[in-house]
Amino acid sequence: MSASGTRASGDQGFFPEVSSKISRPPSTKQKVVDKTFRFLCYGFAWLSILLVVFIVLRIVTAALPAVRDHGVQFLTGTVWDPNQSQYSILPEMWGTLYSSLLALILGTAFGVSVAIFLSEGYLGEFVFRVLKIFKLQFHRKWSWLPDRVENLLRNLIELLAAIPSVVYGLWGLFVVIPLVRPVCHWLHLKAGWLPFFGTDLSGPGILPAVMVLSIMILPTITAISRDALISVPPKLRLAAYGLGATRWETILAVILPSAARGIFGGVVLAFGRALGETMALAMLVGNRNVISLSLFSPANTLAALLANSFPEARPKDVSVLMYAALVLLGITLLVNIIGSVILERTTTRFEGGL
Amino acid sequence: MDSTMNHPLASGSFDPFKDVNFSALEKSLRHPRTFFSVFMSGLVTLMTLLALIPLISVVGMLVWRGGQRLGTALFTQLPPAPLESGGGFGNAIVGTLIIITIATLISVPLGLLSAIYLAQTTTTNKLAHAVRFAAKILTGFPSILAGVFAYGTVVLLTGGFSAIAGGVAISILMLPTIMLTAEDAIRMVPAKMKEAAIGMGTTPTQTVWMVLLPTALPGILTGIMLAIARGVGETAPLLFTALFSNYWALQEGRLDLMQPTASLAVLIYNFSGMPFQNQLELAWAAALVLVLLVLTTNLIGQSLSHRQIQ
Repeated sequence: MSASGTRASGDQGFFPEVSSKISRPPSTKQKVVDKTFRFLCYGFAWLSILLVVFIVLRIVTAALPAVRDHGVQFLTGTVWDPNQSQYSILPEMWGTLYSSLLALILGTAFGVSVAIFLSEGYLGEFVFRVLKIFKLQFHRKWSWLPDRVENLLRNLIELLAAIPSVVYGLWGLFVVIPLVRPVCHWLHLKAGWLPFFGTDLSGPGILPAVMVLSIMILPTITAISRDALISVPPKLRLAAYGLGATRWETILAVILPSAARGIFGGVVLAFGRALGETMALAMLVGNRNVISLSLFSPANTLAALLANSFPEARPKDVSVLMYAALVLLGITLLVNIIGSVILERTTTRFEGGL
Repeated sequence: MDSTMNHPLASGSFDPFKDVNFSALEKSLRHPRTFFSVFMSGLVTLMTLLALIPLISVVGMLVWRGGQRLGTALFTQLPPAPLESGGGFGNAIVGTLIIITIATLISVPLGLLSAIYLAQTTTTNKLAHAVRFAAKILTGFPSILAGVFAYGTVVLLTGGFSAIAGGVAISILMLPTIMLTAEDAIRMVPAKMKEAAIGMGTTPTQTVWMVLLPTALPGILTGIMLAIARGVGETAPLLFTALFSNYWALQEGRLDLMQPTASLAVLIYNFSGMPFQNQLELAWAAALVLVLLVLTTNLIGQSLSHRQIQ
């Protein structure tokens, strides 16, 4: 009774200034605007799918004439000579896979190490111990220092990802190559019978390219591995400690196996990134169509071939280059889809059961 | 009573810790297990320190070699011809800004509207799944292929290299970051705010514009800034879309977007292969400017994300 009395006290309701504007039933205009906007959002969502389809179709249709002309021979031959209309990309495919695989091995070793270092909180522990010497570990002002330092390190590693690849290329050209050249020369002299050291490094080559490439994929591996490591339920770690395992017995026997799938997904995504990376390789790999196991020999990659050939491509070359782009697209799409599927499966693994 | 008297503990003759090897419980490096653990910890620390060396080296080289040439001439003058002294890369900075503006104008509406759609859907929505999948494919899309696509459509259609083609190529690379972060930001808006708006009788569009977008704005801006930071540094897609130019984009008072346009990234690439000292110095200075540009954008984006209402 009293409620209805209060409500009746004014036609405007409790909040006249608000209700006058917004709580009125929508006018025809507002309904039309609403319908249009929702349709627009729906349309743009479709548009972004169509964009991806269109990108793929555009490259495929542009490559079709070359696929018809050159066929499988394009993938198996070793000569690229636009002047004689001879095109084949086996050396580039070899260079792409070889450099990416080597970079992946190097990048994974360092990336997972850094991820363990971050997820185990080594640095925070170290800072905590230093504070303890000065009896400041629970001090009001200093006690959050370990967390701050940990965050700083994580941001520094992420900073590696923010540096543009062309800057890495420049750095590789003027810092890495002069630095590794004497070492490579020595290795070639002493262990030249090994296929990996079979040639001398005369400037650009696979080794400097791989080193720079591994630095570029390290942040990806670290970020995803760290996420996988810290999402391992703390119970598992505590149980292992309770059984008397040391820190590294716990890491190797419990934590890494539990996080393995997430780490693997990150590694596959990093592989996709390495395959498609262009600038650092175009600047450092030497751009010579050679198939060699040697780490010091110049090579070429698909992305570098595209970057070097497209700017002065004649109309008849375009289709051939599109064919090469299509091969690169196929390889990277495959690797990326595998990586995302693995990552998608891991995220739901520990929910519920444990 | 009797039984307690005979209890081994009570009699005092029994030592429960008699069989325990206490030295085995101590954390001592003489035990192989402890040694292994400490050794691996040391190894991981060493590898982390090694991983930081490139970062320090890159930043050090940029400051040392790029800092030498830093001055106002860099920003006001045109790139020098071979064997010419002095010069700068003012046109490349302007060009980079033009290309990134075009890319932002294309990718923000597309990404934001798709994100609004995505954020309104439930988890079983098939179209939303497809859109997210498309965005994920674009995230791992090699940047050079974005350039190939822009070459195949814009450059071949319009018959020449242009800032527009460069902008289109970069926008493809910016799109997924904008879309996925904007969706996250909109989903983070507390459900009660949305429900309150719906309870007031607003149309879905009004809810989006008056409640969701203003609340999620810091998060959305973070995504846009991060995407811009990535786009500014991209080189590969610009090599054969925007190409390069030794002149200002603004000629005789009018801006021609259909001309080849200079950019910082391509300038670094072109000059790094030249045998002239002056060009190399300019390449390092341009690299310093480019990294500063990327880092500032990144930092602005990250500082915005802290303002998001949780």
